[in-house]
Amino acid sequence: FSPVGKMFRAVVRLSTSGVRNLARTRPCYSAPLSARCYSHAKVETDEEFDARWVTYFSKPDIDAWELKKGMNTLIGYDLVPEPKILDSALRACRRLNDLASAIRILEAVKDKSGPHKDIYPYLIQELQPTLTELGISTPEDLGMDIL
Amino acid sequence: MCMLHLTTGRVGCLLSKQVVVALTSSGARMSSHGHHEVSDSVDMSQPMYWDRLDTPLPDRPWKDVLDSTDKSLKQKEKGPWTALSKEEKIALYRLKFNHTYPEMKRPSHEWKTVIGGMFIFFGITGLVVFWQGHYVYPPQPHTFGEEWQAKQVQRMLDMQINPIEGFSAQWDYKNKQWK
Repeated sequence: FSPVGKMFRAVVRLSTSGVRNLARTRPCYSAPLSARCYSHAKVETDEEFDARWVTYFSKPDIDAWELKKGMNTLIGYDLVPEPKILDSALRACRRLNDLASAIRILEAVKDKSGPHKDIYPYLIQELQPTLTELGISTPEDLGMDIL
Repeated sequence: MCMLHLTTGRVGCLLSKQVVVALTSSGARMSSHGHHEVSDSVDMSQPMYWDRLDTPLPDRPWKDVLDSTDKSLKQKEKGPWTALSKEEKIALYRLKFNHTYPEMKRPSHEWKTVIGGMFIFFGITGLVVFWQGHYVYPPQPHTFGEEWQAKQVQRMLDMQINPIEGFSAQWDYKNKQWK
């Protein structure tokens, strides 16, 4: 039983460096059905994603740029971050003595929820212990959620 | 990100209404460049401020030149935030950010300008068309006249144009009237 595809071998004679063999891999269309050409990359689970971001914001000496970069990237994703990630980010704001950014983060996740009005109250409920501990007022508390 | 027309020296946002390029009234960065450039242009080599829903934390704070009250507030921010009053928290937010999210998302009255402009152009076009009809068009062909049209209809009926489903099918030949 010989495969449909061909193995190509090219012999190239180079003037100074001698002869080399080039072999190309078998093209995918000749592979048996049970071994399709899907990417072999591992898909990150939700837990791994969350853990990675919690770790990112938990860096003890995180600097302002890293906080900005992290938050802007996180908000760029098509998801609303889990409370534990936001908790880590808010604590990072505390380490950076940056209350304004903490409030901004709360505004941003409320906006990320889009039409799903029940997500933000859930997040606030989960974050309430942290908010109380650190003394972060929500935009609603400060009257900043209305024009 | 916002693209700016630097060639014309004008500050404008082509992509998003939500991006506000801040020309700070503090002027710390602008004044250091002297007056040899057009005052409208923004130095893109410096960190920029922006108000964007999808990028919550800009490269620099809104106000970076702080007076003494602001500075003492920033000092207080280093302590426990539970000690800050609501007004102080709002003040800290406003030092760092220009618009809140609701302010960024506020509706504008632009649609009225757009619709109004549309109707104005329709109106002008209407005037042009009317003027054209009066001054430009040649006289109507004689075949449009009442008498000719009547004779034309009679001829079509005599020829039994579309007798099954169309024109002559609508004519009652017995009673000599339309059905």
